[in-house]
Formats: sequence, C-alpha cells, structure tokens
Amino acid sequence: MKFTDLFQETFFAILANKVRSGLTILGIVIGIGSVIAMVSIGQGSAKSITDRVESLGTNLLTVMPGSQRGQLVRGGIGSATTLALEDAEAIKTVSGVKTVAPTVSTRKQITIKGSNTNSSIYGIDASYFSVKSITMELGSPFTEIQIKSKNKVAIIGPTTRDTLYGEGYDPVGQKIRIDGQEYTVIGVTESKGGTGFGSSDDLVYVPLGTAQQYLIGNSKLSNISVEVISAELMDSTEEAISALLLQRHNISDAANADFSIMNQADMLSAMTDMTSTLTLLLGSIAGISLIVGGIGIMNMMLTTVTERTREIGLRKAIGAKRGDISLQFLAEAVTLTFISGIIGILLGWLLSYLVARFGSITTSISPQSVILAFGVSGAIGIIFGYYPARRAAKLNPIEALRYE
Amino acid sequence: MIECKNVSKIYKSSSVETTALKNVSFQIKDGEFVAIMGPSGSGKSTLMHILGALDTPTAGEYFLDGKNVSELSDDELADIRKNKIGFIFQSFNLLPRATVLRNVMLPLVYANVEKSQREEQAREALADAGLDATNYSHLSNQLSGGQMQRVAVARALVNNPTLILADEPTGNLDTKTGDVVMGTFRALNEEKKRTIVIITHERDVAEYTNRIIEIRDGEIIRDREIHRA
Ligand SMILES: Nc1ncnc2c1ncn2[C@@H]1O[C@H](COP(=O)(O)OP(=O)(O)OP(=O)(O)O)[C@@H](O)[C@H]1O
Ligand SMILES: [Mg+2]
Repeated sequence: MKFTDLFQETFFAILANKVRSGLTILGIVIGIGSVIAMVSIGQGSAKSITDRVESLGTNLLTVMPGSQRGQLVRGGIGSATTLALEDAEAIKTVSGVKTVAPTVSTRKQITIKGSNTNSSIYGIDASYFSVKSITMELGSPFTEIQIKSKNKVAIIGPTTRDTLYGEGYDPVGQKIRIDGQEYTVIGVTESKGGTGFGSSDDLVYVPLGTAQQYLIGNSKLSNISVEVISAELMDSTEEAISALLLQRHNISDAANADFSIMNQADMLSAMTDMTSTLTLLLGSIAGISLIVGGIGIMNMMLTTVTERTREIGLRKAIGAKRGDISLQFLAEAVTLTFISGIIGILLGWLLSYLVARFGSITTSISPQSVILAFGVSGAIGIIFGYYPARRAAKLNPIEALRYE
Repeated sequence: MIECKNVSKIYKSSSVETTALKNVSFQIKDGEFVAIMGPSGSGKSTLMHILGALDTPTAGEYFLDGKNVSELSDDELADIRKNKIGFIFQSFNLLPRATVLRNVMLPLVYANVEKSQREEQAREALADAGLDATNYSHLSNQLSGGQMQRVAVARALVNNPTLILADEPTGNLDTKTGDVVMGTFRALNEEKKRTIVIITHERDVAEYTNRIIEIRDGEIIRDREIHRA
C-alpha cells in the first residue's frame, strides 16, 4: 500500500464520521492546550523570578540570622535575632568586601489622610541603595545626618506611592503615619519592575536607627547585605565572613552556626527549584487531561474497528495484509492526534496570551514545549491507536465478513 | 488450474466438533464455469473459502496453479487472494460511502498498481460487468441490488484473477436481475475465458454453468458436465 493511498484512506475515514472525529480531537486539543498553557505559566514565573533575583545585583551576599542547611525555607530563619550592628561593622573589615548594608525589616500600617496600606518597612543605612542598585525617581536618599540622628523621614517605593497617593504623584514633603508616628516623605525610589514576592517597589524605607528605636524596639538586625568587590571573590569572601561571625559568636562547629549566608547562586537555584516544581505540578495536572484525551482516541478507534469489522474483512479478502490494516488504523489515530496537536498548540498559545494579558502573570512558551506537545500527541496516537489497530489486523476475514 | 486432494475441514469450538468437509477431491481446469450445489449446511461456503485462500483445510492439500496453498501463512494467503482470486459475496460487501469507481479500485490499492492505471482498469472491469457508465461516480449505497452486484463483479475482475469465486451471487436478487448477472458470468467465461466457480442452491442458476458439483454433508455426491445443445 502506497503512502498516498494510506493518506487518502485516512482522510476518508476521518471525514466519514465528522462529529465523532471532532469530539475526539477536542479531547486531545484540551489536553495539549492546557499542557502548553500551564507549562508556559510555570516557565514564565520562573523567568520573571530569575530576572528579579538577577536585578538585585550579582555580587551580593546576604547574611541572615538563624541556622540554614542548604534550604531556603526553613522554620527559624529570620525569626532568630542573632545579628547585631557590631557584626556588620566587623564584616566591613573582611577583605573582598566592598559595602555592607545592615537592614531591619518589619510590617506596619501606613496611613495618610484618606488612605492607608499595610506595607513592609525596611530600616536601612546609607549604603543600602548602592548595594541593591536602587535609584531615586523623586527626592533624595537618606543623608548620613538623617541616619545618625534617627530622623523620622521615609522613602517610599513607587507601588506604595501609587497605592497611597495615586500614580505619578510627587509626595516629597508630605507627612505619612507609620504605626501612628509621623514621618516626612523625602523621596520615591525608581521602579525595579515585578510585583509580589521579592519586589522592591512596594516598600517603605526609614533610617536603620529610626526603625530599631521607634518601630521594632530592639537593636537586632534582620539581615546584612554585603556587596563583594568582584564575582571571583564571592566564595572566599563568603568563607571569610562565615569564619569571622563564628568566631564572634563563639561557635566552634560550623554546623551549629546561628546565621546563614546566601549568595545569588543559592538564591537562584532555590527559586529555580521552586518554580520547576510548580511547572512540573501544573504540567502534570494538564498531562492527566492529555491521558484522558488519549483514552478518548482509543475508545473511538475501538468503536471504529467494531463498526468497520465487515469492511476490514472485505479488505483482507481482496488481499490486504495484516500490516496494511494495522497501518491504516494507526494512521487514523496518529492523524487525529496530530491535527489535535496543531489546534492544541494554538489553543495553548491563546490561553497563555490571555493569562498574561488579563491575569498579569508572565507566561513564556518555549519551542521545547511546542516540540514536546507535538511529540506527545504523535506518541499518544501511536500508543492508544496501537491496540485497536492490532485488533483490526488480527481479525479473521471470514468471521469479519460474517459480522453483523 | 485448481486441485483439491482429500480436503477436510473440521471446525472445533469449545464443546462441539463440526465436520464441514470430508475428503473432498476434484479438479477444475482453466476456463471452466462450475456451479457448486447442495443444501444448507452442506459445506459449500467452507469449500469456497478454501478455494479462495481465505481459509486453509484441516487435512488434505489444495493446489492453485501448482502451488500448495494449504500450508501458507496469513500474509502469504493475502498475496494469493490479491493476485489470483476475485471474490463476489452474497451480500456484495461494498464500501457504502465510497463511489463505484473507488470500490472497484480498492483491490488495486493493495496490489500496488500505479494510480494513473487504476481508473482505466476499473472502467474496463465495470464495462465487462455490464454496469452503465453513468453510475461510476455514484456512491455505492445509492445503487440498486443488481447494480451493486455488478460493482461487486467488477471489483472481483479488476486485477485479472485466475479464479473468480461467487458465493450465492444471485441470492439477494430477484429472478430477472439474477438472470442478468448470470448472463454476465456466462459472457465473461465464454468471451474472456475466465475460470468461474459459483455457489448456488437454485437449479435454474446452476443451469447457466457447464459443470455442476453437488455436495451433501461435506462430501461430493455428484459431479457432472452439462452439454448444451
Ligand atoms: N466458523 C465456523 N465455526 C463452526 N462451524 C462452522 C463455521 N462455519 C461453518 N460451520 C459449520 O460447517 C457446516 C458447513 O457450513 P457452510 O457455511 O459451509 O454451509 P453452506 O453449505 O454454505 O450452507 P448455506 O447454504 O446455508 O450457506 C455447517 O454445519 C456449519 O454450522
Ligand atoms: Mg453458505
């Protein structure tokens, strides 16, 4: 049997039962479409998180209180308060360190006349903005004097500004209340993009000492950001800081450290782990619908084989071999899934576009996921078409012709 | 040339054994026109399936053009059917949603005949089977019974088989249409020198042929030539 004949037979057979073929195709289309859309959401968020982490600066180490053994999220991190300002001062002397920015953070209610919001408050010193490569959109950063004398001044992130005053408003000189105390806004930071987790746009900065004294009530640090001179010195500097802090805290065994140091690579890999788990989860949920679609194909093919038993008997009687018959049914199944694959990719692309457009989630369709979808749809055709095709091929022509 | 030597066929199902054919031996030479007659259940269809390489005998040997068909595999049997046999079934067995031409060309698809040549061959076979050319592009389920049987005849002729087999070709037709179809067979035999074997239980139909083999309970009880005036 020639390939063109096979193609023609397949075409006739699929068109002979348009509604059934259509419904079967729909099943696979939904499966493939949702796999593509889900994976694009997963990969999109992976990409935006990676971008965000990278935008924080590449030579950055973060020292955090609490123990940590290779995991990002662990009970106790950040809750223990074992880092003191003196630790930050000491780190400044470590070779390879360029800038040290001790930070405290808390969450408080911010109010102005007629509006309020709940926001993260960062207590920072003068070096923080340079370490995090944050620039000012309006106003100016804290001066040494403001920091030293623990002035009640605040710099707000652009998202916070939008929430409180409305987009584009210049709030410099205005008064805001943080936890009931009055602060003067002296600037707005430039947007670094991104929303939600890790965004530096939805924040209020106040001088370190101000936060410790008026908002938190103790002198412990939430973390210390350290800018290293160059990327090559990251590892050695991290080790030196660790040794210094162990010594300062009188801890002999590094396994019992009451602090942990994260570098960008750690952070990225932790984030990547998280997002690839997310992608996998979303993908496998969608994958289930793909399997359901595959069962639909098998069901349709089995029905078709039963319905066309006489036809199969006739084809065998006029000289079709087993291979000819099984190829014909396999071709039908694969063609159905292949058509579904194409439509499914379009649907997935549309879905991920809509999600990105209206759900404000970043999505990203990679060529790999499209190729994968094609491969999977073909494979589904073969896997779920194989059994019905074999069943057709094995029919005895005499019995098949007699079938009512 | 067909030769059966002590052909037996026993159907075994879970509980019963049915002997459909018992030690049947006969020869049919090229160009003969033969009718196989017998009451219902006598083993006519069973014999025809063996002659047509659709089935193999349980015991004995069947030679088609000198080749022992009784011990071939599934796919080898398919090759024999494709190249040497033309089947006509009692219930036509046409593809319902396909045109007359496509139905007749179907055997050529499996015989790997060039596309360009198929339609020509199909038209020739349809003309031999006596179907009016205006019907060639009709769907086969839009035809009358007689027309369907002609399409089935044309399909059996299309790949120039050594042997044309027809199991009760007139069974589903009225007497008049049956006569026309039998006339076609007779013409094919006389003019085109085709070897034709038909099954029937109607004596009138058998009278069209040149030889009648009668079987009962799986055995040949009579085998006679008909000499026409
Ligand atoms: N597939 C089968 N399985 C079991 N027994 C069968 C099978 N096919 C035929 N038989 C038996 O073999 C015997 C001969 O059957 P066959 O079909 O050859 O008869 P027939 O002469 O063609 O009859 P009819 O004129 O009614 O078509 C019958 O007893 C039948 O029951
Ligand atoms: Mg019969």
